[in-house]
Amino acid sequence: MNDRDLPAGLTALDRPNSYIGRSVARPNLARLTQGRGQYVSDVVLPRMAHAAFVRSPHAHARIKQINTDAAKRVPGVIAVVTGAELATVCTPWVGVLTHLKGLKSAPQHAVAVERACWQGEAVVAVVARTRALAEDAAELVEVEYEELPAVTDAETALDKATPVIHPDLGDNLTFERTLDAGQVDKALNESDAVVETTFLFGRHTGVTNEPRAAVADWNEGAQRLTVHHGTQAPHMMQNIFAKHLGLAEHQVRVVTNDVGGSFGIKVHVYADEMATVALSKLLKRPVKYVADRIESFVTDIHARDHRVKARIGVTKDGRITAFEIDDLTGIGPYSVYPRTSGIEANQIVNLVGGPYACPNYRARARVVFQNKNVMCQYRAVGHPIATAVTEGLVELAAAKIGIDPVEVRRKNLIADEAYPCGSAAGLKFEKLSHHASLDKLIAMMDYDRLRRDQAAARARGIHRGIGFAAFIEVTNPSAAFYGVGGARISSQDGATVRLDAQGAVICHTGVTEQGQGSEAVIAQVVATSFGVPLDRVRVITGDTDNTPYGGGTWASRAAGIGGEAAWQAGKALRANVLAVAASILQAEPKALDIRAAAVVDADTGRERIGLDEVARIAYFRPDTLPPGFQAELMATRHYVPRAWPFAFTNGIQASHLEVDTDTGFVTLLDHWVVEDCGTVINPQLVDEQIRGGVVQGIGAALFEHCLYDAQGQLLNGNMADYLVPMAAEMPDIQVGHVVTPTGDSEIGAKGAGEAGTAGAPGAVMNAVNDALRPLGARSITVMPITPGVVLQALGKSE
Amino acid sequence: MKPAPFDYARARSVEHAVELLGREGARVLAGGQSLIATLNMRLSHPSLLVDINEVTGLDRIARRNGHIEIGALVRHVQAERSAEIAQTAPLVARALPHIGHPAIRNRGTIGGSIAFADPAAELPACLLALDGEVEIAGPAGKRTVKADDFFQGLFETALGPRDVLIAIRLPAATHDTRVGFAELARRHGDYAMVGLAAAARANGTKLTDVRLVFFGVGSTPVRARDAEAALAAGDLEAGVKALARNLDPPDDVQATGAVKKHLAGVLLRRVARQLTEAPQ
Ligand SMILES: Cc1cc2nc3c(=O)[nH]c(=O)nc-3n(C[C@H](O)[C@H](O)[C@H](O)COP(=O)(O)OP(=O)(O)OC[C@H]3O[C@@H](n4cnc5c(N)ncnc54)[C@H](O)[C@@H]3O)c2cc1C
Repeated sequence: MNDRDLPAGLTALDRPNSYIGRSVARPNLARLTQGRGQYVSDVVLPRMAHAAFVRSPHAHARIKQINTDAAKRVPGVIAVVTGAELATVCTPWVGVLTHLKGLKSAPQHAVAVERACWQGEAVVAVVARTRALAEDAAELVEVEYEELPAVTDAETALDKATPVIHPDLGDNLTFERTLDAGQVDKALNESDAVVETTFLFGRHTGVTNEPRAAVADWNEGAQRLTVHHGTQAPHMMQNIFAKHLGLAEHQVRVVTNDVGGSFGIKVHVYADEMATVALSKLLKRPVKYVADRIESFVTDIHARDHRVKARIGVTKDGRITAFEIDDLTGIGPYSVYPRTSGIEANQIVNLVGGPYACPNYRARARVVFQNKNVMCQYRAVGHPIATAVTEGLVELAAAKIGIDPVEVRRKNLIADEAYPCGSAAGLKFEKLSHHASLDKLIAMMDYDRLRRDQAAARARGIHRGIGFAAFIEVTNPSAAFYGVGGARISSQDGATVRLDAQGAVICHTGVTEQGQGSEAVIAQVVATSFGVPLDRVRVITGDTDNTPYGGGTWASRAAGIGGEAAWQAGKALRANVLAVAASILQAEPKALDIRAAAVVDADTGRERIGLDEVARIAYFRPDTLPPGFQAELMATRHYVPRAWPFAFTNGIQASHLEVDTDTGFVTLLDHWVVEDCGTVINPQLVDEQIRGGVVQGIGAALFEHCLYDAQGQLLNGNMADYLVPMAAEMPDIQVGHVVTPTGDSEIGAKGAGEAGTAGAPGAVMNAVNDALRPLGARSITVMPITPGVVLQALGKSE
Repeated sequence: MKPAPFDYARARSVEHAVELLGREGARVLAGGQSLIATLNMRLSHPSLLVDINEVTGLDRIARRNGHIEIGALVRHVQAERSAEIAQTAPLVARALPHIGHPAIRNRGTIGGSIAFADPAAELPACLLALDGEVEIAGPAGKRTVKADDFFQGLFETALGPRDVLIAIRLPAATHDTRVGFAELARRHGDYAMVGLAAAARANGTKLTDVRLVFFGVGSTPVRARDAEAALAAGDLEAGVKALARNLDPPDDVQATGAVKKHLAGVLLRRVARQLTEAPQ
């Protein structure tokens, strides 16, 4: 990011020595790179035992009999526990939300009871002195299964002839939503061209660097449960552990130190983690469980896997008249707790057409049960699909009427002057910058030159493509996301800042660090609002005993919501400290400020008293302060967005790539992103978030796919066969910014964590089609775009 | 992902290794880059690992009587940096950088690659394309097996449970040797979706002794014999057509058999071009 990207004329943030907008190094960098992180995998407790699970080899099977005798005899084995036994300690859960009307699901147990509903579901838990012993014993557990028919194809899940996975629910429909805005049929009838196609998005997963892990420690004497947990949402998990183990929340402490990447994977309730906690309660000793890669592939939530039939209408001059979609997705046998598995489809309905000024939009989404691993929210929930569908349609329509893909966007993107406004789906936009972002992108990529180069290469038989994807992104959610649906998921977050006895600042925040740099952002905000150098701020996260109540990390909220709470807390502490200083100095608090760790005259900047001295007097010589004056050197503030249900951000991406038309291989050449996340607190961290997100989006577009056979067996659940995107195949990713702060908060920051993932797949798909279109290829609307898909489009392979 | 319990023994010599392998369920441990993964995933349960890494004399690259001999314990990285191999086995030199990543090539061995015989691996195909042979020590002493007879089925070779592969032997390249190599992998360092290792002899503008070995297309490296004949006859198009008869790749998670067949044809065109180029 270069200077022109920085916001001009800072507002409330315009403090001396501000860290807002500066790429400071994250404070935890040296610790992590020196191998001194504290991941759950590193936690070792006295008397700690290790859990391993016997998992169902079948997608759907009745558990007829379990024989654990041989396993129990293995020296070092502590317990072998079935689902029925564990159910005495841990109650089952049902993943529904009341605001997703009609959403239904069945009770899910920590370890399967009577029936396994997907390949990989835990059927028996084995606890032993070491993980290796637990795995040895697990091999000796005999489970007799009666295989049941597996429902695997979402397309036929609702057919009369298809067995119902949970007979009590009546059918395999989890959730359905319809929407009809404007006059779609009339608009389509009056269009000059209508494009209709079907998009297929492959099921994939978020491969975290550190797998899921938990160390649960039930202390019978203290009647307290401590869970060291690699999670995004410690307070949410505190509630859930308490609820299902029959405890009060104050009896449960969730500690989350370092987490090796989450991407949305670690914000859900996992049966094997619940089992680990229940086992600790049952055995009255610490129990550790770390998922291995093979387990991760069959139990970490999967995502996407949508089939979207879609239509767009346009007029000859390029005006978009209507969008219509019909989405179908299979989400496994259970709606995932507590966020549910209806959200992705719901988001798709919300987001399709979102960047465009088009009032006519009809949508249907159906979510069905099937016997595969569960699906739920993964980075950019629904956005990559909604964006690829919308932008795929827009470019297909532009091609059909023969106008440039940039031109069609200039004609239809919501005007930058039109805000505040709403979308056809009912989304409310405070202020977006589609046109400014597009202009900036075009300049960054030197679009006209690129088109000339493309034509010159084409003449030499080299087929390159340029594709775009404009997007909107849901960030900083208010209670409208989950709270109103009855989930105890906090949308508000708190920060507590305290002056230590030497004048440094300790900040406890409810948001969490997953490796994305929240600690750095919170430290920057506090250092700026309070007025100390960054190295005088220590940030503490991830401990329900010690941090303010909050939601944690999800939906790109940590900087925007946690950051604002920290900003306000820093300001409050500044006022408190200035009150002390004013009483010491016999000055007016208003005439003072805190800069560079000293109390100064606000006008001149002349130092009056150091913070260390203020702290010394307040803590050790309070007797010298005026009678009746009490120093308060700790302040807490909370924040939740109130004016807008979500802080929508926007942006646009472009992909430039080359297709080898002999092999169907795609080589990525360049990728550009212009993104508007409001105030950019740390440009480097934002750009890293965008780049990492783009890479995951590229994974979806070209590489990643959880392949199941018709019996519900995952065929490629390992790191050799499941292709995560790797550095050698990635293009340079250039990131630019337009800055439109949200007025809902003082810092004005919106989220940036998911924008890359939201836009990249659509941009890559459009670029491939742009490369192939002059060759008469069929349009590609399938992801991942493998060589086979390209060859098929070219008619070179069946 | 912890291996089932196993015993471990370090062999002092090839003879000692053969002796240790007398135990039921014993396996040789070389670089461990394939074996350890299968142990951790509990795909194999050996009773004893016979570690041959300390056996002296198995890590040599030597030229003898028009052949180059590469010891079983020569690491991929050592082979990659060998001037001898670059000169006398240019096909192997071209193939080596395609094997995994540097960390894997630092540990993985030539013998391990041949003995493991992954059907998508580069070196077995090179061995077959170069008409090389495998030197084996077993309970009955030493024997030599031609590459054409060595690869017998999916992960199945002429090696018996008590055999140690001690070296491979390749004819040294001469001025008229022509080689070609190409593979397609989705990501750098992956096993190939389809690959082709080829060798021939140049005779004026014509090619003789053409050997085309495809990998990633079946349960072993596969010679495309009709395509070889077509290339020797100077008819590339007939060669590409012949692949339909010579290859029958099964579907796998990366591609369907039909796609692999198509890609094999593309590779043949590319490699045929290389075969006509004289070495620099
Ligand atoms: C991430 C990754 C990527 C890889 N990519 C590739 C690739 O692209 N191409 C490729 O070809 N390989 C690849 N490999 C495999 C790698 O090349 C292996 O090292 C090689 O196949 C086996 O060699 P090794 O020395 O590690 O053998 P080990 O793993 O020690 O042994 C493999 C098998 O061979 C047997 N064995 C080994 N040596 C002998 C011997 N001297 N006599 C008898 N039996 C023996 C063992 O008993 C075992 O069954 C990859 C590996 C990894 C981990």
